[in-house]
Amino acid sequence: MGDSEFPSSQTPADDTVRTRFSWFLSGMAMIFSIPAFILMTAHVGFAGFASENGVSLLQATFMVATIWALPANIVLIGAISGGYSLIGAAVAVTLSSIRLMPMVAAFIPEMRGPKTRRITLLLLAHFIAVTAWVMGMERFRHIPRDMRVSYFAGLGITLTVTNSLVVALVYFLSTDFPPIVFAALFFLTPMYFLTSLWGSARDRSVHVAMVSGLALFPLIHHLAPAYDLLLTGFAGGAVTMGYVRWARGRAA
Amino acid sequence: MTWHSLTDWWWPYLFILLAGWLPTDIWRYLGVLIGGRVREDSDALIAVRAVATALVAGVIAQLILYPSGALAESSVFLRIGAAAVGFLAYLRLGRHVIVSVIAAEIVLIIGLFLNF
Repeated sequence: MGDSEFPSSQTPADDTVRTRFSWFLSGMAMIFSIPAFILMTAHVGFAGFASENGVSLLQATFMVATIWALPANIVLIGAISGGYSLIGAAVAVTLSSIRLMPMVAAFIPEMRGPKTRRITLLLLAHFIAVTAWVMGMERFRHIPRDMRVSYFAGLGITLTVTNSLVVALVYFLSTDFPPIVFAALFFLTPMYFLTSLWGSARDRSVHVAMVSGLALFPLIHHLAPAYDLLLTGFAGGAVTMGYVRWARGRAA
Repeated sequence: MTWHSLTDWWWPYLFILLAGWLPTDIWRYLGVLIGGRVREDSDALIAVRAVATALVAGVIAQLILYPSGALAESSVFLRIGAAAVGFLAYLRLGRHVIVSVIAAEIVLIIGLFLNF
């Protein structure tokens, strides 16, 4: 299974042979991977959630394509069915989506090539959500630097388009499964994030950040539920930087 | 102005753009502007990556501890146990994501059938 070993460590000679378009196609082909399948199962659940809350097929598909962050979509539907005002709904979505800022900020230096234009990065940033982020962070190191933007364009755009279509199709067929199937499917996502993020680490700081994030989240969720993810990020980041300083001091 | 304020066909789509797309993509754009200033192999990148990683770890904890939908009715101990077994299987059996997912799902499904 091609989930952690990726068979394309390119030598410089290969780079000249493989064009940008062929890397774009390699990115597109990631739609046939375990993480892409897991994300599709999550969107199967989302289609049912949208239909239960009176959001139409076209509206639900439009939400997936334009927002492209499952938590933000779920928050928005919650706000719609709760009768929130436009401003209230926008504030609720902002609190859920603000986490994308540090994620994108960490992703861009890994993805951009020496000549990548900012407008290209701004356009591609739309396709960065947790699954694509984890996939990119895990795989970029196997891809020549100046081909990463093409690769991610293929990966990100295909994931977004396919999942928008999955929502439309599942909504249309009004597919229903017994609850135990959904329960089993919903557990795939955290297990995929947990293992592939752990495996993507190039140094110990990523493991320290993960362990501190996992350990701090329940406490912070208890204290400040509205800002739990963002505060977990900053607190876990601070612990990690403390560790990095300590490890350097010991090595010196 | 709420979702039901206007009956025009375009209103829900404008609502989605203003209340969903804008407050989501604006953070992505800010991330691009911040990420554009960070050099690779700098301390700033280690810090930004640490914050982002801890945040995704928070998402993982949220999905396991406070799930929504069909998983919400299962026991939190079952979910933690299934995740722990899956993660141990990942570490001990050659670091394959698929092995970990299968191990966790076996524990979870058995637990759900036994109404644990």
